[in-house]
Amino acid sequence: MTGAPLPEPAASPTATEEGVPSTARPPQPRWRQTLVLLARNPTAAVAGTVLLLIVLTAVFDEAIAPTGPNEIAVEDRLQPPSLAHPFGTDDLGRDILSRVILGAAVSLRVGFLAVTFALVVGALIGLLAGYYGRWVDDVLMRFMDILFAFPAVLLAIAVLAVRGPGAGNTALAIGIVYVPVFARVTRASVLGVREDVYVRASRSVGASDWRLLTRHVLPNAAPPIIVQTSISLAFAVLAEAALSFLGLGTQPPNPSWGLMLAEGRGFIDLAWWLAFFPGMAIFLTVLCFNLLGDGLRDVLDPRQRTLMAGSGR
Amino acid sequence: MTDLPQRPTAHAAGVPASDVPASQVPASDVLVSARGLEVHFPVRAGGALRRATGVLRAVDGVDLDIRRGETLGLVGESGCGKSTLGNALLRLVEPTGGTVTFDGTDVTGLDRRALRALRRRAGMVFQDPFASLDPRRTVRQTVSEPLEVHGLRSGRRERAERVAELLELVGLDPAVADRYPHEFSGGQRQRVGIARALAGEPDFLVCDEAIASLDVSVQAQVLNLLRRLQRQLGLTLLFISHDLSAVRYVSDRIAVMYLGRVVEVGPASAVGSDPQMPYTQALLSAVPVPHPSLERTRQRIVLRGDVPSPAAVPSGCRFRTRCPYAFEPCPDVDPALQPVGAPGQLAACHLHGVVGRPVERAEEAVPAAE
Amino acid sequence: MSAPLLEVEDLRVRLRTPRGPAEVVNGLSYTVGRGETVAVVGESGSGKSVSVLALLGLLPARVATVTGSARLDGEDLLTMSPERLREVRGPGVGMVFQDPMTSLNPVLTIGRQLVEGIRAHGEVSKAAAREQAAGLLAEVGLPDPQRALDRYPHELSGGMRQRVVIAIALSNNPALLIADEATTALDVTVQAQILDLVAELQSEHGTGVIWITHDLGVVAGIADRVLVMYGGRCVEDGTVDDVLERPAHPYTRGLLGALPDLAQVGDGELATVPGVPPAPTDLPPGCVFWPRCPVRSDPRCETEQPPLAVVGTSGGTLPHRAATWCEEGSPR
Repeated sequence: MTGAPLPEPAASPTATEEGVPSTARPPQPRWRQTLVLLARNPTAAVAGTVLLLIVLTAVFDEAIAPTGPNEIAVEDRLQPPSLAHPFGTDDLGRDILSRVILGAAVSLRVGFLAVTFALVVGALIGLLAGYYGRWVDDVLMRFMDILFAFPAVLLAIAVLAVRGPGAGNTALAIGIVYVPVFARVTRASVLGVREDVYVRASRSVGASDWRLLTRHVLPNAAPPIIVQTSISLAFAVLAEAALSFLGLGTQPPNPSWGLMLAEGRGFIDLAWWLAFFPGMAIFLTVLCFNLLGDGLRDVLDPRQRTLMAGSGR
Repeated sequence: MTDLPQRPTAHAAGVPASDVPASQVPASDVLVSARGLEVHFPVRAGGALRRATGVLRAVDGVDLDIRRGETLGLVGESGCGKSTLGNALLRLVEPTGGTVTFDGTDVTGLDRRALRALRRRAGMVFQDPFASLDPRRTVRQTVSEPLEVHGLRSGRRERAERVAELLELVGLDPAVADRYPHEFSGGQRQRVGIARALAGEPDFLVCDEAIASLDVSVQAQVLNLLRRLQRQLGLTLLFISHDLSAVRYVSDRIAVMYLGRVVEVGPASAVGSDPQMPYTQALLSAVPVPHPSLERTRQRIVLRGDVPSPAAVPSGCRFRTRCPYAFEPCPDVDPALQPVGAPGQLAACHLHGVVGRPVERAEEAVPAAE
Repeated sequence: MSAPLLEVEDLRVRLRTPRGPAEVVNGLSYTVGRGETVAVVGESGSGKSVSVLALLGLLPARVATVTGSARLDGEDLLTMSPERLREVRGPGVGMVFQDPMTSLNPVLTIGRQLVEGIRAHGEVSKAAAREQAAGLLAEVGLPDPQRALDRYPHELSGGMRQRVVIAIALSNNPALLIADEATTALDVTVQAQILDLVAELQSEHGTGVIWITHDLGVVAGIADRVLVMYGGRCVEDGTVDDVLERPAHPYTRGLLGALPDLAQVGDGELATVPGVPPAPTDLPPGCVFWPRCPVRSDPRCETEQPPLAVVGTSGGTLPHRAATWCEEGSPR
């Protein structure tokens, strides 16, 4: 070895530095690893399964629902839960189960739209503010502070007052309220990642800002944003319910859980099931999103990941 | 702050321009060269207005030449600015003054595109192999990033071939290319980091404390690898380390930094065995060697106190507050590097004759730390 | 010679890890006399840090099983009640770890932390304790100790902080000082100051010192005795001259060979120990070092664990021992 000008690497003792067993499993994509780990967390697994069922229900609403949502049968009005109407009927004789199922579609659609809007806009603002810092950060984040300082309901009402009610506008209103939340979470996460050595290392080989942002900063800053998304979905479903309850969201006769809750309020002493089942639907969905968020938080923690995946080091 | 307008003349007053340490090496042999290089950071007070309240002189007037094909060791204690200097030479940190020349081109004014070209020709190996690799990207993705960025090998296959070649070059099995960093040991990760740095076929490599986080037995493996690569590929290396033994081992020449300034530079044998600057002497005497008999008899020069803050650099010779030999001219004249000792050896010390720029009144107001 | 200050016998630590049980320390025996410095040398994962944490009951009982005995002044630390251990640990044992920030409370002034330590184990007035604290800081070479007392840890440099931690560790004149990579993060010039300081205090107070490090240069300078750990086992021990000048175990030799020597500009390659240290969950059978061993001359290497056997006794009463089947090149 000594003195050899070009020791062939394969034969040099340094090349025998082991540690990577050749029989090890093939590498797994990150997302699949996340799913596997999530499945091992019982609470999150149950929550995820229930959510999946709820989403499937919302997607196949018309196929699943026993009757149309707005089919009025006056003779069946205010029926308590029975075999024919498992969740009972409302004051117009409409089947509540069907309305809850179809309401899922409305509530979740508004929730997903709102969070998607907040995520895209908020994460972009947070990414730019966190990555570029200085005046970009100052300007964007002060703007976010102002938005954040408005009472959420007031802001949503203002948006709806200007643009008129409806599912799309409800989603927009809720989305705007959540933009600062995502901006803050993203900015904080990006600030942490931006200084990581591997980002500097990539810059040292000539990677552009765009490349650094999309290939290194964003993927590594993502975990808290994913968790925030899951939790915000819960809040968005609640917010939709609240706005509909106030008469600003979904408009009758279309069902949405919040609207049904509002409508059932007047009959609470007479027919509890009117408010109870949509209330339970909201409760279950929000709970599951929150539990899933907690589970993701654990699973996406790299230390947890190493421990649980049992690899390396 | 009064020195900003007259930046390039870090050594004026009484010294003819030709004596300014361009004499380190003949110009044509030089690949990387710094002249009066400064990296000053504003020290900001908290609060919304973030007013600058002072200046942190991380690198403060460095003159340094790095020859083609040599390994220059850069040593100094934590906070002396050696790492910032390494980053500034590659413009990973923006210099606030002075010039950096790479292969004859001044890189301080390069635009985005030219800078990208520089990134291909000059790479960096980082200290912590656990932090310098993106945990979410495979070894292949990491090593091929420079290829993609510079459009060096188009096509998946060609790139895969090049990655395999690079991994073999650093002593890794190409079969591990699709694994993630956490599956590797520290030494292996450092090899991946070296492979990434070599991907663009650079002429110049900065190794910033590249072995500091490794186990002793693994350090030797990586040191051998760096030496082998340097010879095999004809690389020019800047080996930044606080480990004087390692620097002595790999370097052709050694530069010593103290408080943002290169205070001694010369052939490794000369600087290592016959240092001319009191600071270098103290630094070398403090390095413990693994021979009990030598350790017992060795005379350590124990310095007084701590390194002053780079935000309050002493006037004149910046080492004078801790120097056992400090005398009258030290606070008043900022010493320039001057030839002393062996051929090619330069030291900034008035003990060898008072050479340098007299301190101006305004600077005397700067309080000497401690 | 009176009874040693600390007598560790057959110390074993088993940790429960997500990847199965790990024999982190496997039958460690040594003594530390008054005024003596024992260096424990090893790489990451060798069990050198865990072995001292175990002595002081600082490993979480939930995951760690510690057996063996460790008698400090005749009293076994491992079977002591937690209350008694706390009583003994405070004034009897001082500890310094690599990162000074782990031992300092960031929201309390240096003075507060020192005074607290001094008053916890003795009846001293606040003013007297403060005086004593300032004296200690002066002793560890901190400039302007009175002012330093009112500073917070973040206002000090790394070297100063480590000196504060050492001052706290020494505040009760401990009989035993344990330093775990205490100077590793420091610059050599600061390290030199601290090594001098410890040596001085040691000769003054007769403190026994366990110095855990991977830096063989530091060992050469301060240790009386050396214990080389690898894979949770002691593979070689003896006087500092025996172990460093006449290493008997292939691992010790490899470690010394891998060090670039300041005294010479190397032209050839450094000798390397191929491979990486084994994971404690996955120790090889036989000699723990054989997968990386360049000698591997004996058929027993891969099957039978070599005992720690005497290879020479040049250092007076203290034997030089090594756990290896390898005979070739051994000192005598």
